[in-house]
Amino acid sequence: MSKLLKGPSVNRPSDEDRPLLEIRDLAITFSTPEGPVHAVRNGRLTVMPGETVAIVGESGSGKSTTALAAIGLLPGNGKVTGGQIIFDGEDITHPTEERIVALRGSSIGMVPQDPMSNLNPVWKIGFQVKETLKANGLAGNNSKERVAQVLAEAGLPDAATRAGQYPHEFSGGMRQRALIAIGLACRPRLLIADEPTSALDVTVQQQILDHLDTMTSELGTAVVLITHDLGLAAERAEKIVVMYKGQVVESGPALEILRNPVHPYTQRLVAAAPSLASKRLQSQPTEVAEEINAVVKVEHEIVDEDILQVKDLTKVFKIRRGLGRSDDFTAVDNVSFSVKRGTTTAIVGESGSGKSTVAQMVLNLLKPTSGSITFDGQVMTDRTENQLFKFRRRVQPIFQDPYGSLDPMYSIFRTIEEPLRIHGIGDAKSRQSRVKELLEHVSMPSSTMHRFPNELSGGQRQRIAIARALALKPEVIICDEAVSALDVLVQAQILNLLNKLQEELNLTYLFITHDLAVVRQIADDVCVMEHGRIVEHSTTDEVFNNPQSEYTKNLLRAIPGATLML
Amino acid sequence: MSENPTPEIIEPVAPAPKVRAGKISSRHIEHYVAPLAETPLQSVDKVDETAEPLSMWAQAWRSLRIQPLFIISALLIILVILVAVFPGLFAKADPTFCKLDFARQGPSAGHPLGYTFQGCDIYARVIYGAKASVLVGLFTTIAVLIVGGTFGALAGYYGGWLDAVLARITDIFFALPLILGAIIIMQLPAFRENKSIWTVIITLAIFGWPQMARITRGAVIEAKSADYVMASRSLGLSKFKTLVKHVVPNSLAPIIVIATISLGIYIVAEATLSFLGLGLPPSIMSWGNDIANAQISLRNNPAILMWPALALSVTVLSFIMLGDAVRDALDPKSRKG
Repeated sequence: MSKLLKGPSVNRPSDEDRPLLEIRDLAITFSTPEGPVHAVRNGRLTVMPGETVAIVGESGSGKSTTALAAIGLLPGNGKVTGGQIIFDGEDITHPTEERIVALRGSSIGMVPQDPMSNLNPVWKIGFQVKETLKANGLAGNNSKERVAQVLAEAGLPDAATRAGQYPHEFSGGMRQRALIAIGLACRPRLLIADEPTSALDVTVQQQILDHLDTMTSELGTAVVLITHDLGLAAERAEKIVVMYKGQVVESGPALEILRNPVHPYTQRLVAAAPSLASKRLQSQPTEVAEEINAVVKVEHEIVDEDILQVKDLTKVFKIRRGLGRSDDFTAVDNVSFSVKRGTTTAIVGESGSGKSTVAQMVLNLLKPTSGSITFDGQVMTDRTENQLFKFRRRVQPIFQDPYGSLDPMYSIFRTIEEPLRIHGIGDAKSRQSRVKELLEHVSMPSSTMHRFPNELSGGQRQRIAIARALALKPEVIICDEAVSALDVLVQAQILNLLNKLQEELNLTYLFITHDLAVVRQIADDVCVMEHGRIVEHSTTDEVFNNPQSEYTKNLLRAIPGATLML
Repeated sequence: MSENPTPEIIEPVAPAPKVRAGKISSRHIEHYVAPLAETPLQSVDKVDETAEPLSMWAQAWRSLRIQPLFIISALLIILVILVAVFPGLFAKADPTFCKLDFARQGPSAGHPLGYTFQGCDIYARVIYGAKASVLVGLFTTIAVLIVGGTFGALAGYYGGWLDAVLARITDIFFALPLILGAIIIMQLPAFRENKSIWTVIITLAIFGWPQMARITRGAVIEAKSADYVMASRSLGLSKFKTLVKHVVPNSLAPIIVIATISLGIYIVAEATLSFLGLGLPPSIMSWGNDIANAQISLRNNPAILMWPALALSVTVLSFIMLGDAVRDALDPKSRKG
């Protein structure tokens, strides 16, 4: 890293023992058409100068709201209705507009969550950095060099040239670096980072957080890090504040919270955090399930065969470049693997590695350019409509976005009944009892069947999607990032459910994910994909304990908090 | 603005090998635990079984029925429809009984709005004229929905050459002004000799369907990329059935909004054509014809023209208001999830 500029703010005299930011008994209320909603109650938080404090909680726990209140950026219908926010000895609970504008940028910086939407697409990156400097009277005469320097500090290579580019020419990680540069451009004493890396791949996340760490510790900036990932929080912060339903339930030294959580919610959170777990989930089978299991096991041992074999699979997309010209883009390159019946194989890779394309080809929703997929001894390419229809009964997908995978017009009953109806199974009465049974399988009350998807939470919708996938008694389920969009606790619940169902029904899973931590919990075998190729294919234990390729090693190292529990 | 402070350069310390063992603060940090009674732990992701199940349509209806805009426009539309279906209930006088003795006379008992230039009862004519307007509006909308909706849905869903052809055809229709196009079509011998409500409906539908096709196409394209469509395909539902069962129902909201607003616009278009003498034959009572006939007495007796014009405006306005209210209720952005 190059030389760092020390800004004027660091030179200000400050009392080392006085908290930089102190929030006491904060209450925030949103007025909605359905009446007031108490988003935060009893918010309490102390940030000492130079300290990193992480606020951890699931979505809707009030963690972002608490932090936004500190810089007066609550949405229009939100109001601080109680408590105090003190910044460097000054009460800013209800500041004047003038005062809070003066504080923003120069004293309190902000790094927003979504790098894709937080840069203005019509202005060059450099202009957007300069804007911040100007607003705080720091642009000066040599503004161009200053902008380049600020961007270089945030780890953007070739910063002077990059400053002349537009946001769409940047990758997600580069945009996040630009946002960090903007947040730190005026040398604030406090930086609020709201899920700064949640939208990024793990390796990029690690680089960016490492860089942020180095920068803030050299500049002496205090950081409030908002995150849903307990492992990441424990690794990056001295202090953790756990929020649940708008209240602070526990706060204290990071490692202590992680190792000796006291509040039951924190205990639950620590137990569920995938990045901290170290072994494959084992469900406690009930007696009935055990019987089935025993039967299945016997069968399973006899037919220990590959249910799915993928050989030399390649997919080339044509990317149009104007009239008549097109470039070839190889999304999947010579991929071969096989999946044993009753086991889980995970395909891991970062965005753009081609893992979802593999899933779509296995599902027969996309035609491969070359290569073959063999399912239960039958080659699937060039199947007749009729064969394909039968194949659909045996292989089912579960998609990532629980909000998109259920038809909002269909009631839950119709959604789960649809596959039975399509394949003409049973009559109205038997279908109804089957739907009930399926809901029971995914631990949802049977009264849910009269409801509609918009009345359910993300995790509940994902269970319905699982019930629908199970309706036809398939042998293989392809989970395309099936738990990525869910909160940690809900994610753990769904993973447990998938695991339980696998043991009860002898299902085979092909699990597509970007999250190695989840892989360890659910998979028996792992394929690591990079740029359309499989770079490593082995058992889960082997991949985690003895990774062969450099890429896998990088991925493993990037799992936040992996080493903290030891 | 003050001169930029000269930056002080710090030499960076050699990057220490990154030990990611967590940070330990030198300061004492209090370990605070909230009393459990304050935030009782709830079970993870529980289904709320108390609320009444509501479909999307039911939710839209709930938000719609309390909107003043909707209540006013719906009451007006019901009134207009009642008048169109049972004109006899509202007007006792015979609209076709015209006596030149009464020409341009003011209001009198039993004839609240007075008489036209031809000595006909204005009130009765306004009441009986509603039927033609409502019929034209309704049937044109139905025709446009069937033709435009079908083409738009197929083009949006299947794409390819069908989409390309449709796009060019709609472009051609968009380039033709409605009135100019209608004048030409209504002058065709087949239409000129059989002037009736149906010829007007056909003419308006010919120029109305491309807009509906475009709206439907857009909505279908948006809906077809949803995951639930892919889920249904992988359940084994055929491509066409997926269109009918999942894509079209999910594209209906913007189509309903546009159809409601267009209904009002078609009523205006009919009145315009009739005013120009191209629409309904004089034998059919309609607001457009009456407005045209009242032209000559506009300077002396503006009331003769005003009443049918007012009826027309209120009817059209109420359909457009209804469309706005429905749009608010169906707008997916205003609803959670």
